[in-house]
Amino acid sequence: MKARIFDALRAALADRRPVALVTDLGSGLQTLVDLDGRQMGDVALEDEFLPQVLDAIRENRSGIVEFYEGRFFINVHPPANRLLIVGAVHLAQALAPAARLAGLDVTVIDPRAAFATPERFPDTVLVTDWPDEALAALRPDARTAVVALTHDPKFDDPALTAALSTDAFYVGVLGGRKNQAARLERLRGQGVSEAQLARIHGPVGLDIGAVTPAEIAISILADIILALRGAKWKA
Amino acid sequence: MIRDDNEAILAQAASWRDAGQSVALAHVIATWGSAPRPVGSLMAISASGAMAGSVSGGCVEGAVVMEAGKVLSDGEPRFLSFGISNEMAWEVGLACGGKLEVYVEPIQ
Repeated sequence: MKARIFDALRAALADRRPVALVTDLGSGLQTLVDLDGRQMGDVALEDEFLPQVLDAIRENRSGIVEFYEGRFFINVHPPANRLLIVGAVHLAQALAPAARLAGLDVTVIDPRAAFATPERFPDTVLVTDWPDEALAALRPDARTAVVALTHDPKFDDPALTAALSTDAFYVGVLGGRKNQAARLERLRGQGVSEAQLARIHGPVGLDIGAVTPAEIAISILADIILALRGAKWKA
Repeated sequence: MIRDDNEAILAQAASWRDAGQSVALAHVIATWGSAPRPVGSLMAISASGAMAGSVSGGCVEGAVVMEAGKVLSDGEPRFLSFGISNEMAWEVGLACGGKLEVYVEPIQ
């Protein structure tokens, strides 16, 4: 791999642009391709080959493909999935590093400056806007999970309303069953549809009987991974 | 670095290069059966034999590091095949019964 292709691949990942690295397994020549069909590298791909590569990027499908006499390895590099945590609370201090370990890009949102400090959240992107404004700016997509952990409707409700209006693949909120029922009533009153309400994971997390913040963080992360991957061995 | 994804592996490769070491990159290009790491998985190997990422559950990484040394010394990419049924071309195999093919190239 030429250094400039290596650098371009890293830049694409940093910018959250999905790309594929196409390697001609015969010659070793490589081409980096993005979703708009832009190419850079050792060689331009044949016009008829490009659509296959774009399909592979869209479907996140890496593998060897044959094109005429050649064998090519298409390695799709999707951007990292994101986790937006609303509430810079104790639980978030456990969830942020655990989620990073699982490969998620983590952003913590909390307008309360006493909570959202770099001391409490080293190496974490912190946003101190109100949750609805922060989510409008961060624009959750189908690779984004949003969890609201403040326990305070003043923060959690607008976060949920904003998250449900996006394609976020996971929307979760902390709170017991009684709180959840009251929350659903409030959101219903604000005109959130039943279909949207059904997307909410609340109580958030997989039920593993978690008690401590670290345990709850792991249960939330497990539930997010389940939403992302789907169960492998169904009971 | 508290992440284990391709972005983090490439970041480690970049920091080795910044420190003046040459680096090889191994890609899992095909798998059969119960191979532990999916197609597209990366492993970076420095000239001094340090590694980041993985191509299996730890069964064949040692062999990949050795081959990466050759790739870095002559600059030629190599294909490596691992599995229990490939005529013992390799002395290391996968206890899980899976098979995989790895492409190792220098970053240059």
